[in-house]
Amino acid sequence: MSLTTDDVNKIAYLARLGINTQDTESYTTDLSNMLNLVAQMSSIDTDNVAPMAHPFDQIQALRPDVITESNQRDAFQSIAPQVEEGLYLVPKVLD
Amino acid sequence: MHTKTIKELSLGLQSGDYSSEELTLSYLKRIKQHEHLNSFISLTEDRAIAASKQADAMLAAGNAPLLTGIPMAHKDIFCTQGVKTSCGSKMLDNFIAPYNATVVDKFNQAGMISLGKLNMDEFAMGSSNETSFYGAAQNPWANNTVPGGSSGGSAAAVAARLIPGATGTDTGGSIRQPAAFCGITGLKPTYGRVSRYGMIAYASSLDQGGPMTQTAEDAALMLQAMAGFDTKDSTSAEQAVPDYSATLNNSLKGLKIGLPKEFFDESLNSDMAAAIETAINEYKKMGAEIVDVSMPNLKLAIPAYYVIAPAECSANLQRMDGVRFGHRCDNPEDLNDLYIRSRGEGFGTEVKRRILVGTYALSAGYYDAYYIKAQKIRRLITEDFTKAFESVDVIMGPVTPSPAFGIGEKTADPIQMYLADIYTIAVNLAGLPAMSVPAGFIDNKPVGLQIIGNYFDEAKLLNVAHQYQQVTNWHQQTPKGFE
Repeated sequence: MSLTTDDVNKIAYLARLGINTQDTESYTTDLSNMLNLVAQMSSIDTDNVAPMAHPFDQIQALRPDVITESNQRDAFQSIAPQVEEGLYLVPKVLD
Repeated sequence: MHTKTIKELSLGLQSGDYSSEELTLSYLKRIKQHEHLNSFISLTEDRAIAASKQADAMLAAGNAPLLTGIPMAHKDIFCTQGVKTSCGSKMLDNFIAPYNATVVDKFNQAGMISLGKLNMDEFAMGSSNETSFYGAAQNPWANNTVPGGSSGGSAAAVAARLIPGATGTDTGGSIRQPAAFCGITGLKPTYGRVSRYGMIAYASSLDQGGPMTQTAEDAALMLQAMAGFDTKDSTSAEQAVPDYSATLNNSLKGLKIGLPKEFFDESLNSDMAAAIETAINEYKKMGAEIVDVSMPNLKLAIPAYYVIAPAECSANLQRMDGVRFGHRCDNPEDLNDLYIRSRGEGFGTEVKRRILVGTYALSAGYYDAYYIKAQKIRRLITEDFTKAFESVDVIMGPVTPSPAFGIGEKTADPIQMYLADIYTIAVNLAGLPAMSVPAGFIDNKPVGLQIIGNYFDEAKLLNVAHQYQQVTNWHQQTPKGFE
């Protein structure tokens, strides 16, 4: 399995992950090598095997529907890059 | 004082031989003396001294729990309220955690004194500590040698006797491999045994926190404090926690030890094979029986892991978006630019590789071929273990194919680094508990014996490890210059 630099740029955009142009080539090689490593999986027939998502086939625990979380907005926003009047600020999204 | 175990320190504190404040100051001094090891990312001196005074008051009152007043430190992946929790990343270099991880709360309640936060591979992705934004911690046993990873700072600090115990986390071997490389005892509990709340997620279906100590006896004490159901972690197990110290002295007569033939094939370094064989012989002398077992799907563990772990990490690390906390780029042009540059600047190369592979594996058209396929193989590997545990009590083998390697030796080829985790990764896929126990040296570098147990059978693992430590003294060796 071999990826192209275009593939890597597309994946990086999907992940919203900036990559320096001069590094694209080495990421392309590394990713192709990783995909070759995982390609060993195809040597084995798994048609009748159920996927295992979790070490135990555990049922999601339920709890009474009562509020347990207190309002900690100020504490959480004290570590945010940019806030104003209780709102997180980001560059303008709508014109 | 610094070579004492947690158990010994506890006896000294309870009988008033020294105070917690004296202990705390003496360990803090040692950490500063050996700063070149780079095992700590931050020290929390003032908090530690204040906590030690409280511990001394409790000890004086005579009703202090066993771990009261004993210094320790957390891997910098556990959120500690009011303290920088960096996860070894530039992304979180400015992140002051607004709450405590459950594990941190539990050790505070148990009275242990946290001295600071330990170095680690960035977001726990690495096997050498070299992916840390703060530079690699050093292995105290050999110059310019890696301590292993990702919990490399924890292992280096315990090995150098800068702290008597530490927390670590293990997603593919990150407690056991550094414990082996640094000659200490490390325990990765059953998935769900220890709460993951506030433990920054790498691969959520594999991550598990555990203790790193000098001895199995100490690991039992620390696991006792860490383990248990937590309503804040929906994957934590609602299972009773046994008294881990109570069964340490059980006899091993008739213990059935499984040796998977796949653990001892030609890829294993011959010195390592000899060291493991010597350790197994000790168990035979104690009356254990050896049973040959086979795990035919073991070789698929690394391929499956390098789909599942990156896929889960690519989802988990989406929360690092430069909006609510962590690194934000300067002067973003628009929202996309903010995300792309903040993440591009905040993450290091190895984290980026794994996010990219995970994103690819989960993208439309590839999901079945990669993620579902890997989950099917995960089941096959788990069934290999289940079958083996029908005829044995524990499984033994090496932790690593060879002892600690040099700093920079494997960074050029990430795949070579991944392949070295062959003996540890399958355990995480199955969710089983496993330990690394010091079992000798190769060229003055420590070797670890791996002991794998059945689900929630940590007490058996600790018993098996403790008995070995009664007849060997590998765990008591201290690196030169740190005696």
